[in-house]
Amino acid sequence: MSDTSVNMAHGMGENLSEPIKNNSILQLSNITVSFDGFRALNDLTLTFQVNELRCIIGPNGAGKTTMMDVITGKTRADSGTVFFNQTIDLSNLSEPEIARVGIGRKFQKPTIFENHTVFENLELAMKVDKRVRHSLFAVVDDLTRDRISDTLRLIHLGEHTEQVAGRLSHGQKQWLEIGMLLMQEPQLLLLDEPVAGMTDDETERTGELFNSLKGKQSLVVVEHDMAFVEQLKSNVIVLHEGSVLCEGDLATVQANPKVIEVYLGR
Amino acid sequence: MKTNRTPFVIRFFAATGCKGWLAIGFFSLLTFVLVPAAHLMLPADHALHVSDYAVTLIGKVMCYAIVAVAMDLIWGFAGILSLGHGLFFALGGYAFGMYLMRSIGLDGVYKSHLTDFMVFLDWKEYPWYWTGTEHFLYAVFLVLVIPASLAFVFGYFAFRSRIKGVYFAIISQALTFAFMLLFFRNATGFGGNNGFTDFKRILGYSITAPEMRVTLFALSAFMLMFTLILGRYLMQSKFGRILTAIRDAEMRVMFLGYNPLWYKLFIWTVSAMLCAIAGALYVPQVGIINPSEMSTANSIEIAIWTAVGGRGTLVGPVIGAFLVNLSKSWFTVAFPEYWLFFLGLLFVVVTLLLPQGMVGLWQKLRHRSMR
Repeated sequence: MSDTSVNMAHGMGENLSEPIKNNSILQLSNITVSFDGFRALNDLTLTFQVNELRCIIGPNGAGKTTMMDVITGKTRADSGTVFFNQTIDLSNLSEPEIARVGIGRKFQKPTIFENHTVFENLELAMKVDKRVRHSLFAVVDDLTRDRISDTLRLIHLGEHTEQVAGRLSHGQKQWLEIGMLLMQEPQLLLLDEPVAGMTDDETERTGELFNSLKGKQSLVVVEHDMAFVEQLKSNVIVLHEGSVLCEGDLATVQANPKVIEVYLGR
Repeated sequence: MKTNRTPFVIRFFAATGCKGWLAIGFFSLLTFVLVPAAHLMLPADHALHVSDYAVTLIGKVMCYAIVAVAMDLIWGFAGILSLGHGLFFALGGYAFGMYLMRSIGLDGVYKSHLTDFMVFLDWKEYPWYWTGTEHFLYAVFLVLVIPASLAFVFGYFAFRSRIKGVYFAIISQALTFAFMLLFFRNATGFGGNNGFTDFKRILGYSITAPEMRVTLFALSAFMLMFTLILGRYLMQSKFGRILTAIRDAEMRVMFLGYNPLWYKLFIWTVSAMLCAIAGALYVPQVGIINPSEMSTANSIEIAIWTAVGGRGTLVGPVIGAFLVNLSKSWFTVAFPEYWLFFLGLLFVVVTLLLPQGMVGLWQKLRHRSMR
């Protein structure tokens, strides 16, 4: 948690425009993305620290998903740079390459392989050689099995191993996707509304899972569910019209008049 | 790291389960022993004699079945509809046809070392790309390499540009159509609209001999079984799981770090190669290859065989190819002018009512009777 306090020292209502020298996992600088004249991201500058958990909130159209698209290579920025681990320029890499350098992404709508079993979903996600030649001759070995059963325990799907993923409940699909991300062993996890459609009980257990990952992996969570954000007790960034409106812990942010105006007050 | 190191060869063949091997054993007995024996040894008036016509017809349909399975690999498993498979089939046929033409030797109409159509066009020598085609093994090499190379290059650019769905189907058809126009030209050097015909022999043996007919029949059967075994291995491997994953959620596959381009390109090229082999086996059996093999209707028919049998099932396309082609050979004799209507109707009915084809229907019926 010491990493977050460094950022909080910058205070609210300020962009973190200075590149952070030492320990950043991801550094977005002056990112602008326009769609037909609409600026989805407007000179956005953000830094995420290694092993930090951060939540991003903001009203619809604030640019949260576009930001994730830019990081993961789905959308190219019109201007600005994205650096991963301070040295890897993500703007030159394709989606699979970005995934392989260590960024995992969960989509807003659970995106899993509906016709594959839970086991197979996790197997395909596992961090191994992803080239055709390897896949043609690969066998499911004990190491894979162990990794998968560990993950199954974490995501509470141990009893559904051989079930076709399409038959899982919505919340279970969300968990499966989170499990797939964990199998990837990414350094940075981007989670777009991970608890959407989950029951309260499921949401709480997901919060516990994320809290247990704190300090081991860097996590960025985009979320609307304030109770969930509160449970994560993390530093919150408020996006508005494509740039950072303010930043701080949830209570401070919620008390900020600008935030109330654009988002919470409505 | 403890790993389970079963040799690859064993894993390759073990992918086809017990039931599969039982079916293959039965099919081998039929195609390697019973049909050849019934054709060669029984007198023509015997009740169990298999006629020339029947051997050639079934041999031909087995080549079609290979194409249907190849189509299933790319369409059923990877979700990419190709309307260009007629092209790879025809190119394989042409590549082997060049050897068949050279083997005619001086027995052609004009008694020339050149092919008849070249004499007719008043050509004095073989064009450069005919060099070496008098050698059987070189012709086999061409069959394996030329259509696959074309598929690789075309696939690379199409998949790299992320062309999908109906757009891919259309450009694959456009490519096929362009080749058909090219092959229709006399100047292209492949016999223009008459193509290749009047074959005499393969490796010195007469092409019309019953033994040759049975050999080609058995080779087609062998190739069909090999295609199914290969298909089964590919589809139960991790590669196959990734392929179906690309079909269902390509975005997720990319964000897991796989580049779909190489996966699609691999199966696409394998599929084209299988079509080419089927084409090379087909041509000596039917005795002719011409550009009409590259017509739009042919490529669409391939898709229909696969859809009728059942996409994504491997054995389904074989059933589909047999069902459609055997009914075609009956229909075109009984009601020649209605065949295309029937084919269209069949496609509509299967698409609307039987999305999983005949195999899906069978599974549904069995499921119902078990309850």
